[in-house]
Amino acid sequence: MASYSTNEFKGGLKVMLDGDPCTIVENEFVKPGKGQAFNRVKLRNLMTGRVWERTFKSGESLEAADVLELEMEYLYTDGEMWYFMLNDGSFEQYPAEKRALGDTEKWLKEQVIYTVTLWNDAVINVTPPNFIELEVTETDPGVKGDTAQGGSKPATLSSGAVARVPLFINEGEKLKIDTRTGEYVGRA
Amino acid sequence: MAADWQPSASIEALRERSRLLARVRSFFAERGVLEVETPVLGHGGSTDVHLQSLSCEATTDTGRERLWLQTSPEFHMKRLLAAGSGPIFQLARTFRDGEVGRRHNVEFTMLEWYRPGMALEALMGEVDSLIRSVLSADPGPCRYHRYRDLFREHLGIDPFTLPLVELRDLAAREGGLDMSQAERDDCLDLLMSHMIEPRLGQQGVDIVRDYPASQAALARRYHDDEDGTPVAARFEVYLAGLELANGYDELTDAQEQAVRFSEDNHRRRQLGKPEVSVDHRLLRALEAGLPSGSGVALGFDRLVQLALGKTCVADVMAFATPRC
Repeated sequence: MASYSTNEFKGGLKVMLDGDPCTIVENEFVKPGKGQAFNRVKLRNLMTGRVWERTFKSGESLEAADVLELEMEYLYTDGEMWYFMLNDGSFEQYPAEKRALGDTEKWLKEQVIYTVTLWNDAVINVTPPNFIELEVTETDPGVKGDTAQGGSKPATLSSGAVARVPLFINEGEKLKIDTRTGEYVGRA
Repeated sequence: MAADWQPSASIEALRERSRLLARVRSFFAERGVLEVETPVLGHGGSTDVHLQSLSCEATTDTGRERLWLQTSPEFHMKRLLAAGSGPIFQLARTFRDGEVGRRHNVEFTMLEWYRPGMALEALMGEVDSLIRSVLSADPGPCRYHRYRDLFREHLGIDPFTLPLVELRDLAAREGGLDMSQAERDDCLDLLMSHMIEPRLGQQGVDIVRDYPASQAALARRYHDDEDGTPVAARFEVYLAGLELANGYDELTDAQEQAVRFSEDNHRRRQLGKPEVSVDHRLLRALEAGLPSGSGVALGFDRLVQLALGKTCVADVMAFATPRC
């Protein structure tokens, strides 16, 4: 397996640290006036999402992590596993465990394309698109004539997520939601 | 993202940089310090274990030979001093392999000057004056600290006497890495760069002096007033957490200099680093007699960065290495 030296570290590089695949978030070269140089590195552990701050002596290296980020379409779940299919025409399918889905579980919708992170061919993370269109399955009745006011109410969406929506939104409407903040963007 | 043919710095920043270069030149003209230009290439390079030199091969009048890109114009400038130049300064292009980051660029501009007959304390004062003449805003008062006192104040340890085992533990804890095989200076370097440097120069210009004798580089050594511990007659200048300058009461003893060169190369072999050709002409210049005095090297790009309130040196360079 290839390895990367500290001077090759840059944002997005995937390396192994303490047995877990990590992505480098930030790399700062520090050197006291005349002495040993160090790299202060922030890494996100791809298994836990936690950010680590570590110092390396400049010139040290870390093993590369066999991590791929691929575009995949969500297919279905059998209750145990969630299935995704490569978007490149190969029809290759990858099962994901609940742990790998994390918060993305509430943003799943069939036929939508997700970014799936594979480590040694296993799914370790699934990222939803920034915006997704979902139907309102449950919300209090709309309030007529209140379109200009800023009030909001909770609405349950077809994927299971709950978002704050304007008072005029009704059940059955399709909405555009920002998955990063969970906020309502507009009617789809 | 800007297209990669474009400059790293804005044209406005380059205009400011040009104005600051002119200010530096007039600062030294007023003080009767001669501007010199010395070669970027040399037959010898810096043996400093923690500096990685670039080199190249060139066909010269003696045939094909290896030449070293200078990590500082020090050796050539000292040869001018030995030849009787009197006080000199230079805005030199220097090269350090692998130094890449917000505060570093492989190729950069060093403002280096030498003051024969001037005591180290007086040179510290002159560095402070130069910084003030370049910055338009007042950076705050200038304060002096002994290296030892900074460790006592910020970490509650004596860097000269704390047992190595305890020093390694502390460095490992602060850095989150294995320091069990580390040398004393490596531990001190980690603590200095991680725990102390970021706090320096926040209220003004901080000058650190009396470094451990093992970190003398090309400075004279003398004995600490407190308990006779040998220390290096060397100082560093910090502003806003940035190391700006490194100064020495210059080593003038040719024999001692030859020993330090060969110790450096010995250490390089131990660490598996390439050896660097020793500058024999510098040694001969020292034998002929280098006037005693002090000298300092200041990272000009960092000073411009601070003067313009930028966050990285690339913001004040026409084309930083990734764009060159």
